[in-house]
Amino acid sequence: MSDTLVPAGGKTGRPKHGKPRRGTRRAKAPKDASLWGDAWYDLRRRPLFVGASFLITVLVVMAVFPSLFTSVNPFDARSCELADARLGMSEAHWFGTDNLGCDIYARTVHGARNSIVVGLATTVVTALVGGLLGLFAGFRGGALDTLLSRITEIFFAIPSILGALLILAVFRTGNVWTVMLALAVLTWPMTYRIMRAAVITAKNQDYVLAARALGASAWRIMFRHILPNAIASVIVVATINLGYFIAAEAGLSFLGVGLRSPDISWGLMISDARERFLEAPWALLFPALFLSLTVLAFIMLGDAVRDALDPKLR
Amino acid sequence: MKRTSAPTVPPEEAPDGEPLLVVDDLHVEFVTRQGVVKAVNGVSYSLNPGETLAVLGESGSGKSVTAQAIMGILDSPPARVPRGEIRFWGTNLLALPEEARTRVRGRRIAMIFQDALSALNPVFTVGDQIGEMFRVHRGASRRDATKKAIELMDRVRIPAARQRVHDYPHQFSGGMRQRIMIAMSIALDPQVLIADEPTTALDVTVQAQIMELLGELRRESEMGLILITHDLGVVADVADKIAVMYGGRIVENALVHDIYRRPAHPYTKGLLASIPRVDQKGRELYAIKGMPPNLLDMPTGCAFHPRCSYRQDDCVVEAPPLYEIGPTRAGACHHWREVLDGSRG
Amino acid sequence: MGRYILRRLIQAIPVLLGATLLIYAIVFALPGDPIAALAGEKRMDPDIVAILRERYHLNDPFLVQYWYYIVGLFGGDFGTTYAGVGVGEIMAGKFQVTINLAATALAMEAVIGVGLGLYAALRQGRAGDSTILASTLVLISVPTLVTGFVLQLLLGVKLKQAGIDLFPVAGVTEGWRGYLLPGFVLAGTSIAYLTRLTRNSLVEIMRADYIRTAVAKGLPRKRIVGRHALRNALIPLVTYLGADLGALMGGAVITETIFNLPGIGQQLFSSVYLREQPVVVGIVTVLVLIYILANLVVDLLYAVLDPRIRYE
Repeated sequence: MSDTLVPAGGKTGRPKHGKPRRGTRRAKAPKDASLWGDAWYDLRRRPLFVGASFLITVLVVMAVFPSLFTSVNPFDARSCELADARLGMSEAHWFGTDNLGCDIYARTVHGARNSIVVGLATTVVTALVGGLLGLFAGFRGGALDTLLSRITEIFFAIPSILGALLILAVFRTGNVWTVMLALAVLTWPMTYRIMRAAVITAKNQDYVLAARALGASAWRIMFRHILPNAIASVIVVATINLGYFIAAEAGLSFLGVGLRSPDISWGLMISDARERFLEAPWALLFPALFLSLTVLAFIMLGDAVRDALDPKLR
Repeated sequence: MKRTSAPTVPPEEAPDGEPLLVVDDLHVEFVTRQGVVKAVNGVSYSLNPGETLAVLGESGSGKSVTAQAIMGILDSPPARVPRGEIRFWGTNLLALPEEARTRVRGRRIAMIFQDALSALNPVFTVGDQIGEMFRVHRGASRRDATKKAIELMDRVRIPAARQRVHDYPHQFSGGMRQRIMIAMSIALDPQVLIADEPTTALDVTVQAQIMELLGELRRESEMGLILITHDLGVVADVADKIAVMYGGRIVENALVHDIYRRPAHPYTKGLLASIPRVDQKGRELYAIKGMPPNLLDMPTGCAFHPRCSYRQDDCVVEAPPLYEIGPTRAGACHHWREVLDGSRG
Repeated sequence: MGRYILRRLIQAIPVLLGATLLIYAIVFALPGDPIAALAGEKRMDPDIVAILRERYHLNDPFLVQYWYYIVGLFGGDFGTTYAGVGVGEIMAGKFQVTINLAATALAMEAVIGVGLGLYAALRQGRAGDSTILASTLVLISVPTLVTGFVLQLLLGVKLKQAGIDLFPVAGVTEGWRGYLLPGFVLAGTSIAYLTRLTRNSLVEIMRADYIRTAVAKGLPRKRIVGRHALRNALIPLVTYLGADLGALMGGAVITETIFNLPGIGQQLFSSVYLREQPVVVGIVTVLVLIYILANLVVDLLYAVLDPRIRYE
């Protein structure tokens, strides 16, 4: 057995022969060395996480209190002056104006809310639905598992944007909730699959066997033993998906099936600015920039969370 | 301590009076987030052609790290060698440039590892992996290399070698896989073979077979063998001399029968006492009390003192050097005389 | 091996049926009357409307309609639009465009993604690696929506203004060159993912025991990374590429819109608008088929790549 702490090309210290793990006590470690405790300790120190959190905080504040960032209310028809259409960046209009003479900066700021709400809501729904179903299917197995596997395969076979397009066409209206529903319906199989795989791995571990031998009920095993261990992978995927959902909403709104006027969406702004792109590129570029930054922030967050929770990198 | 020559590839033949391999006051450290881990703290041993040296110790004792330092396969960062030399026929390997070291590796000094399943590439056939030694180092053609691979597989007693040369590692049993590793390692007739816990993952009967094979191979050539293990039982038949390691240091150095008959260090004594014996059925198994030292935070003085029944005040203060006990023995215990007598413990 | 393929194909049938049923149901649920849509602004003669409805079984219950469709499908007939145009014909041309686009993207991402990933793995921990990791992170985050426009502006328009007409910006009139820029845009996110996947797989594999053995054998580094490590890394890479084909074909809709390519995305769009059920279902059916086939090919490749997996 390798007796190095940082082995040159070998597995890290899973104890064999009952010997305790060697000297991995840190100098200033948290007392309770659980996966979550360690992960948090680790996360706090990662610049990626800190940077992403900062960015996200700013965006969330922007979403909840847009008036902190701009005094202009883009929902008020009077704030747009047709005569001022397609002006460049200036003192009065930091990002310029769009086709209808509305202030782009104000619209961009207000657009944050819809994007974040859609992203968050969809993530929560897919995590809950996919997660719970995956937990049950993975744990129970049997008919439920087979049935769900077939069903999710069907969903996997349908490309998500096209599927969302179809579903949204059924709803006729495009608002935050229909978009969320469309995306959630098509994406829950992903969290389902991940949770299921993690549960199946956990199910076969010795500690579950031990719990069973001690007489723990199925529910207790599921929620107290398996779930905490399986949920790490779901959290990682969920965080990364958040960014994807925000981009997807923008894409759908761009195509015209997502959010519609008078709702403000960055995707919609991009679509509106499309025709006169060459004359007034900033009408497209600024919402595009904000969209990219938001997605970037969440993906950075997901990356950092995954690195912190990955037991192999400990 | 002789000063070594300028870095060139080691000679092909023994310069006068030089042992085959000498590890001289080797220190290896790992720089980690939690601090500097001193894995090897001044280890010295030597090996002559045809000799078998067994390096004994628990996990964390530094035995594998020393071997990896000899091979030059430590990841450097985080590993570094602040002191010491490793002389192969007199040439300090640590001073050689990487290309020269690569030429030594596999050809002059070879190594086999504990878990043959993970140590063999799963996507290439065993014939390919053994033959690779010839294709890369000797420029052999694929066909010649395969022929040589079959010869080697025969030599390590793998039945139906000609048919099995195109099989994949997962298609062999544990013992067979270890033989394949051995075949790969002796392919180019190296002068030194380092076996890092070669039998730990195997059944007892297979263990015996593999040890027998190693003994045979060593007898056929003048190869020096360094056997790294934590299992005293395996060592007795094969080894000529034993070095016991603890906390990154050698604590006892002796010929095989001396160690078994009269150990000079409390740790060795404890190890011997922990071997379960068939004629002592029904009694509680003995285990050395306490835990191996934390390499980030070593005890003062002798690293073993927290667990030692011979401990006295000087043990806590001063780290014992390797006392010379006889012409072929050394022990790193202040009170080695008492340990030899067996008066306590 | 043959039996395995057969078994997989048979297993695929329920998925195919399930998917088509699902889509059929969704389109069925779409509000609006296709026959009315056909007429557009004008009002049609009610007799003609009745005849058309009869011919397309629009008065029959849902499952009956579905049944007619499936029967036709297995006979290779995708049906016709309500205007009488063969759906198969319509789809052929559009699928051609989208497949060209997706194939270009797939080729680009395979070459660039694996190449960059390999480079990053070799320079692990150093400047080259960090740069690549950072830029892929950014590339993943910037939605195709954005990259499409930005690249169209920079490489298409501005270059053209400078006299270099390398990348046509719209339409497929100019042969394969018309697919270069949109292909790259479509591949963008995937390139980033693939680069990271390659790099991470290689880095992880380099920690494996058999790599340590390869080093101990005295093999040169290039051979260790380029042969021993890469060969093992191929499995996750092939998985990703296989899965991506379907994703590319679906995600192409945005790229097609930006670059004005007449592909299935656009077709789907307009067909949904017109409530052209046969076209919509036809497109999705073919997509599902492609997905199933791609999965099958990937699984078969596994057996080739990883000798531990063999199918009877």
